[in-house]
Amino acid sequence: MEKRTVFRSAWLPYALVAPQLAVTLVFFIWPAAQALYQSVFVEDAFGIHVEFVGLANFRALLADPYYAQSFATTALFALCVAALSLGSALLLAVLANRVVRGAAAYKTLIIWPYAVAPVVAGVLWLFLFDPSVGTLGLVLKKIGVDWNPLLNGAQAMSMVVLAAAWKQVSYNFVFFLAGLQAIPKSLLEAAAIDGAGPATRFWKIVFPLLSPTAFFLLVVNVIYAFFDTFGVIDAATQGGPSKATEVLVYKVFHDGFKGQDFGAAAAQSVILMAIVIALTVAQFRYLEKRVNY
Amino acid sequence: MVERRPLADFLTHLVLMLGVGIVALPVWLAFVASSLTPEQVLDAPMSLIPGDQLGVNYLHVLTQGSTPLKSLLFNSAVSALVIACGKIAISVLSAFAVVYFRFPGRALCFWLIFLTLMLPVEVRILPTFQVVASLGLLDSYAGLTIPLMASATATFLFRQFFLSVPEELAEAARIDGAGPMRFFWSILLPLARTQIAALFVILFIYGWNQYLWPLMVTTREDYYTAVIGIKRMISGGDAATEWNLVMTTAILVMLPPALVVLLMQKWFVKGLVESEK
Repeated sequence: MEKRTVFRSAWLPYALVAPQLAVTLVFFIWPAAQALYQSVFVEDAFGIHVEFVGLANFRALLADPYYAQSFATTALFALCVAALSLGSALLLAVLANRVVRGAAAYKTLIIWPYAVAPVVAGVLWLFLFDPSVGTLGLVLKKIGVDWNPLLNGAQAMSMVVLAAAWKQVSYNFVFFLAGLQAIPKSLLEAAAIDGAGPATRFWKIVFPLLSPTAFFLLVVNVIYAFFDTFGVIDAATQGGPSKATEVLVYKVFHDGFKGQDFGAAAAQSVILMAIVIALTVAQFRYLEKRVNY
Repeated sequence: MVERRPLADFLTHLVLMLGVGIVALPVWLAFVASSLTPEQVLDAPMSLIPGDQLGVNYLHVLTQGSTPLKSLLFNSAVSALVIACGKIAISVLSAFAVVYFRFPGRALCFWLIFLTLMLPVEVRILPTFQVVASLGLLDSYAGLTIPLMASATATFLFRQFFLSVPEELAEAARIDGAGPMRFFWSILLPLARTQIAALFVILFIYGWNQYLWPLMVTTREDYYTAVIGIKRMISGGDAATEWNLVMTTAILVMLPPALVVLLMQKWFVKGLVESEK
């Protein structure tokens, strides 16, 4: 779609896009190019001598068992966060769409955790699951679980999954509810007249009509789990115990900023960029599909 | 719904209340802890009803210590407002240029802006830090805000909206002798009010909750944001964590964005759903 009526000026459009382009070029495109450039070089310990090494940084990275482990950790983390937050958000949205009285109140009470910073979410759940003072940590100990997320990797993982999913439920809820409200009531009524019960109506009508929303949310949740949960992990576990919760973004930060290993960090950045690009393309293919729906 | 089923209605409310309860649980316990003395928090299991130390704890956190929270909250407010307003300003201008002008390089501009969508700060963290450091922007409000300002989603949202504005408005403005900027200020911007309000809510929360970026570009305590402050309270090394004060801080840090969401709920939902289109 294009405008027929346009204004004419030799310089004004450039002046209008200049601020956005300046920020984009200086803080986005240039650093991304730098990451690509640095990923094929090796720098010595004093930063004096730089040598072109081609894909050696990537080969070293892919051969590194810690990197493979971090990949597996991230995949498990993203899968659990997406499944937990999508599942509970869908349940709550279907129910909230069903009630007549109090629907607005439920909606308000479910959406506000969107405002909580990932770091704060991490701190809240760290406190909740603290083995000596946390309310839930003590409950778990009472029922016989040897609860200590500071030492047990699996327990630490479940803690950060809960914290990250808790924060994301509100976002998914908003989209599922909007998707549910867009389903024409006449379809459901017609199905009911033909004798379809609530479960049949959900699986045969509501769920297929909701699947574009669900797919879109799946991609958004995976992006969220991959990239936006740095704060949750830094606050709750710092990637530990013994790297059990070290996701890819945390590893880039750790190797590059703390370990000063620029070549390896740049190679990791490039791989992360490839992942974001793949996910964004997936998201836009969904958009095209939805237009034709 | 279609049928009347009293039992199903009852179960629906039950599960919803349970859901609301689980969503609220961590924050309720944080609030309770923020109203207790350190000894009462350590006296496991902690009470589930608030104590009487609310005023003491909040006053202590806001005004005491090497960096009192009120100065951190001020830094957070400044950066969140600057990021939100800056993003909206540069996005609305570039969307206006892309929609209402034909100029060489228009498609290139569009694609460059689109690329930012694929380069979240987390993946280009080190080189961006090096750029900001070489520009001398570490430990400054400019360094905290400007690198986060480019926004593809905001630009797309405004572009989408401008495309839906009737052609007749621009034609009429031109016939009446209005130049492009006059048309922009007097007609387009007032029409985009709801889009601006919706984006403001989303972007304010985005700016307030930034963590990794402020962590990297600030080294001096007077430029820390509130979100950094709370993280520093729990990494005290040997010293036992003062949970009552940490939770007081947590409540204070999440209060401003939570209020923005609750008070501007209509625009928030609109902004969330529309900025993803």
